[in-house]
Amino acid sequence: MSDAAVDDQESIWNAPSPRLRRLRHYEVATGTFVAVLVAVGTTVALGATLAMVIAVICVIVAGASADVVAGRRVRAWAYTERAEDLLVKRGVMFKRTSVIPYGRMQYVEVTAGPFERAFGLATVQMHTAAAASDARIPGLPAQEAARLRDQLTSLGEANAMGL
Amino acid sequence: MSEPHNPERTGQSPAESRAVAGLQGDWQRLHPFSPLVRAGRGVIAIVALLLISAGTSRRGNLSSDLVHLAIIVVIFLLGVITWLVTRWRVEGGVLRVDSGLLRRTSERFPLNQIQAIDTVRPGLARIFGVAELRIRLAGGGGKAGRLAYLSNAEAETLRAHLLALSHGETEAAPPAPEQVLVTVEPARLFASILLTGSGLVLELAVVALAILAVVAPAIEAAAISAGAAGLFALAISMFRRFNGDYRLAVSDAADGLHLRSGLIETSAETIPPGRIQAIRMVEPLAWRAFGWCRLEVDVASQKSKGRQDRNQSKAARALLPVGSHAQAALLLASVFSGLPEERSTPPPRARWKSPLRFRYLSGATNERFTVTTSGRLRRVTDWVPLAKVQSVRLVEGPVQRRLRLSSIHLDTAGRRVHAVLRDRDRTEATQLLDELPDRCRNARRAEDLLQRERATATTARNPDL
Repeated sequence: MSDAAVDDQESIWNAPSPRLRRLRHYEVATGTFVAVLVAVGTTVALGATLAMVIAVICVIVAGASADVVAGRRVRAWAYTERAEDLLVKRGVMFKRTSVIPYGRMQYVEVTAGPFERAFGLATVQMHTAAAASDARIPGLPAQEAARLRDQLTSLGEANAMGL
Repeated sequence: MSEPHNPERTGQSPAESRAVAGLQGDWQRLHPFSPLVRAGRGVIAIVALLLISAGTSRRGNLSSDLVHLAIIVVIFLLGVITWLVTRWRVEGGVLRVDSGLLRRTSERFPLNQIQAIDTVRPGLARIFGVAELRIRLAGGGGKAGRLAYLSNAEAETLRAHLLALSHGETEAAPPAPEQVLVTVEPARLFASILLTGSGLVLELAVVALAILAVVAPAIEAAAISAGAAGLFALAISMFRRFNGDYRLAVSDAADGLHLRSGLIETSAETIPPGRIQAIRMVEPLAWRAFGWCRLEVDVASQKSKGRQDRNQSKAARALLPVGSHAQAALLLASVFSGLPEERSTPPPRARWKSPLRFRYLSGATNERFTVTTSGRLRRVTDWVPLAKVQSVRLVEGPVQRRLRLSSIHLDTAGRRVHAVLRDRDRTEATQLLDELPDRCRNARRAEDLLQRERATATTARNPDL
């Protein structure tokens, strides 16, 4: 993975919490379960047993591959705080590496959905004036998220630049 | 201002003396025709609807007519109330605009932060001889204050005085000398609009209808009624472009570029030098035979919060709706200096990834600017000053990975323009990703320094504000 990255000095990549992997696992499992129920429901209503078996197998295979993809995507996510900018790496098929100077930060947003909260995780997103800037780090432990938020805020204030 | 400012009283029209009184701190109302002009379009539409409904479906429909009439009266009354409760004055170096009956708002615009004052005259406003002043402040997203509408004389006086005050002079100075850079001929503008996407569609449709009229007159009426709404919308959008860019003249002055244009609605606006986020040159296929191009500027625009001014949200402004490359180069040179001269192209293997646009793909970056070109049918060249770059991204898709290629994206605060150095060699891209943030920072520092010097120069001239 380091091939496309900025092989920078002694920068150490931080990864999201391993619990994010489990969260994604549960999310995919829940989705698959619902899809299985729907498949069984519709095929039983139509009275086609063979179709039911095929549909369930398809749904489970799709769920399993989605789980593999989700796992790879979680592993691809990494970030590092450099002296003057934040580096965020993400993506499996489309690999993206973003460099966002602290001085360009407009505000930091920490969000935690109900599932994330259940796992004690939060998403930190740094917003710049450009809509295309892509500085989102999901699955941070709540404490790390709070630390990063405060860190980014103070660094942003220290380096602030106008538009 | 500690001293109330005192322009000569002789030879002033009532409108001018009203503006002067407002400048000296007396509350002033807007022009009495304001509600009429503001409600103008809506009222015309409703009246038209009324006439149509009165003309077609008929007899004993008095109640619905009364409802329409009541709507007009209510709109008019609301406008009059708005007019009655809206007042402005200048006090202590601040322009204050109070408005609202139930929910009072009081806006303050510090004069020393004024960046530009635009004058806009919609068609109706020109008939009534009134104009809208749009006051734009420096910094942040550039919130605009509106004074709609003032009589022409009042608007001119007020504009000159406000600008003078914002520069720390008590007398309205004669307008800064400006040098006209380019003007657009209506004929060429008309031709260029006919040659763009929507224009071509409209022409094809008209030709198709004409053929249909000859071949199968029976279904002609049906075809027309089916396509009428779409064609009408197309024609309106084309007319709007023509109207907006009619006789556009760009001139260079001390406080930025001045743009004047308009057929029915005329506008005069100023683009201050530091606000340009990016410039884009577009060459559609149909224009290339004539060597024409279009130049657009992208200025900073905050993500819209709530209701926003229509003209504010229109982020990319055509600096040159249509013109020759020489004109475009002239404008570009007046805005950006020190652009990269040499371009480099992606490695030949990028042909596999972008077979069509490969021929025009190129880009370059120096210490201050990045320039990129892309597009096969619609060739687009973007110039981005590194001082305005918000973030840098390296993106590598699956095909690009096979070919050891990557793209570098430079994000700016502008709405539409964002430069992409497409399909560069991976090592080159990685190196760029490493270097660009530092270059952006340095460019930014240099610009901040320049701006601070400018600001201290202004306060030195004007310690009061």
